[in-house]
Amino acid sequence: MADMINLKINNIPVSVPAGSTILDAARIAHVEIPTLCYLKDVACVGSCRMCLVEATGARGLVAACVYPVSEGMEVQTNTEKCRKSRKTSLELMLSKHKKECLACDRAGNCELQRLSVEYNCDPNRFEQDTERHPLDLSAPYVVRDRDKCINCNRCVAACKKQSVGAIGPIGRGYAVHIGSAFEMSLMESVCVGCGQCIVACPVGALKERTTVDEVWAAIADPQKKVVFFTAPSVRATLGEAFDLPVGTNVEGKMVAAIRRLGNVEVFNMDITADLTIMEEATELINRIQTGGVMPMFTSCCPAWVKFVEQKHPEMIPHLSTCKSPQEMFGGLLKTYYCEKNGIDPKDLYVVSVIPCTAKKYECKRPEMNGEVDAAITTRELARMIKTAGICFKDLPDEAFDDPFATCSGGGTIFGATGGVMEAALRVAARMLDGNFELVDFTKVRGTSPIKEATYNVAGKTIRVAVASGLANAETVIKNIQSGKKHYDFVEIMACPGGCVNGGGQPTLPDSIRNSLDLKDLRAKALYKSDKKNKLRRSSESPVIETLYNEYFGAPGGERSHKVLHTHYKADPRV
Amino acid sequence: MKQCEAACACETLGTPEQEAQLKALIEASKSTPGCLMHILQEAQGIYGYLPMQVQKTIAEGLGISLSEVYGVVTFYSQFSLTPKGKHPISVCLGTACYVKGSDKILEAVETQLGIKCGECTEDGLFSLDSCRCVGACGLAPVMMIGEEVYGKLTPDKVKGILDSYREETK
Repeated sequence: MADMINLKINNIPVSVPAGSTILDAARIAHVEIPTLCYLKDVACVGSCRMCLVEATGARGLVAACVYPVSEGMEVQTNTEKCRKSRKTSLELMLSKHKKECLACDRAGNCELQRLSVEYNCDPNRFEQDTERHPLDLSAPYVVRDRDKCINCNRCVAACKKQSVGAIGPIGRGYAVHIGSAFEMSLMESVCVGCGQCIVACPVGALKERTTVDEVWAAIADPQKKVVFFTAPSVRATLGEAFDLPVGTNVEGKMVAAIRRLGNVEVFNMDITADLTIMEEATELINRIQTGGVMPMFTSCCPAWVKFVEQKHPEMIPHLSTCKSPQEMFGGLLKTYYCEKNGIDPKDLYVVSVIPCTAKKYECKRPEMNGEVDAAITTRELARMIKTAGICFKDLPDEAFDDPFATCSGGGTIFGATGGVMEAALRVAARMLDGNFELVDFTKVRGTSPIKEATYNVAGKTIRVAVASGLANAETVIKNIQSGKKHYDFVEIMACPGGCVNGGGQPTLPDSIRNSLDLKDLRAKALYKSDKKNKLRRSSESPVIETLYNEYFGAPGGERSHKVLHTHYKADPRV
Repeated sequence: MKQCEAACACETLGTPEQEAQLKALIEASKSTPGCLMHILQEAQGIYGYLPMQVQKTIAEGLGISLSEVYGVVTFYSQFSLTPKGKHPISVCLGTACYVKGSDKILEAVETQLGIKCGECTEDGLFSLDSCRCVGACGLAPVMMIGEEVYGKLTPDKVKGILDSYREETK
């Protein structure tokens, strides 16, 4: 084929499409070239100098991640010259790196550590820079440790890809460091808390603000009743922290593990995903029928909500007033559940397990009244399970606790881009047309950045759009504002691919991330679970029926508005 | 160090004339790719430095993030985040000047003005920076005050030169 290029990598002949880089070609030849600043789909700038290789026709060593292949090229990746150069680069990074490796969050899962071992580095070869800076503890979701940063800029690329741009390189030369403009703290900056920077970081310079100790303290407190609930996507990713293949659904083991953390109950957050759908579908139909502000945007994603409040306050009236499933659960537990079980809400300690760092911020929003006491990420839950000495892989599969166990498949797919839209369409269509049969709205599935579809329900045309990744959300907003596109309902998830790819999900080694499509594999686990569920529509869940019969009356009713809905506040920032 | 005065643009965009100039500048340049450097340079001409509000306006105008603008501003030593004095002093620390002892010149200016490099005097008369070569190596060591070049300096000449500016403003 004319557009294929033939070359040799370490004497192995390969044929790759024109425009490929040496790194792409090496992967095909099954040769691994080390990288630090490169991250598939996120960052590719050739600045870390780890991927330097020898190539015919090039002067000196070239960066494989950005250097294009050419016909007849011969590449050597493992010469003395390459190894020496990489080792020196690593040792220079180590001279500045705060080597708290013993108890670092990323110990054992750190790209710098892994390469330093592989290249037999002397961490003290160069004079050590011991200048230290305070941690950025301003935000309830992310902690930044500048002294562990190796200036790879992957977080900057991830943040820019989100069209947020809260962080960037500051200064020049040796003094260059990553930070917010004018050295603002993250909380003062335009950061929305999505945590994509954390999962992009190859070292321990970025991590979530952990609340694990508070949760342990609550479990140990005899005055407290502790309940956990887990977000839909956590079951699709937790296994990765225990070396299970990407895309393994560990729902049963996850429930069993949490139950073994102490005297706790474990509920299924898919229930309040179902509840969100009941409220949101009702709100959508009301807006359509009463000429409300259109299109309506979903509001489950707290990073997206913060993005709107800060960057597009003019779009606030478009946001659904529904609280997110996390906050609906908090509200439900501190009202209905406490009343029903005679518990003083002060004695109920609510822990949500979420794939997300922004949810840590969401539960601290004043209008949420502290209904969720602690929000911990998938990573934090994995750490708790390890601390407790639970052999995760050997656990039996156990079921969620009643009364919040039985959910619909619609609630489960909330964790993937398009899932909220599909679940809402299943219910809204039925609300408008009692005979509407379709449950598989496949056009809104998949990992494409922006998906569009049109459905005809009860003589009405419903135009929908689904976007994941905030840059894509930005495009959707621009298209709406310019009149280029017209929609009735838009789902936005801040993280590319949705919650399955959230900022609180396990950080996998680059070798895996650069070869697998995590968001796709993880989402498939959720769609598989949905397919197996006899209950596909949120309205079919017996728990939902009970909740409305016993407590809320009807969706969109007075009590719903008090417990399940919220409001937003403009907070314009540049 | 001189902080904000009435006309300072830390929180505002300065005088109405300055604001109009900045906005016209952005409007005129924003469609040219790579216009950020040019805008920053011109904006520094309007304000004397690049305060936060000015950088925010540029970021918004160009549709890029403030952190990107700030990254460029902090990368180039020509851009300043602090107001400059009426007479900006720049002591050359380039190779030729340095081997001729310009570090001692800088020290002398610091002592004379009671400020550090990068700062501005209380009365707003002088600000002090260092630079890398002004293209007058034959006159090393060299410093510039405003557009004026002073060459073949010795530390004891510094006071006299500064006094001439102090006299001028009395």
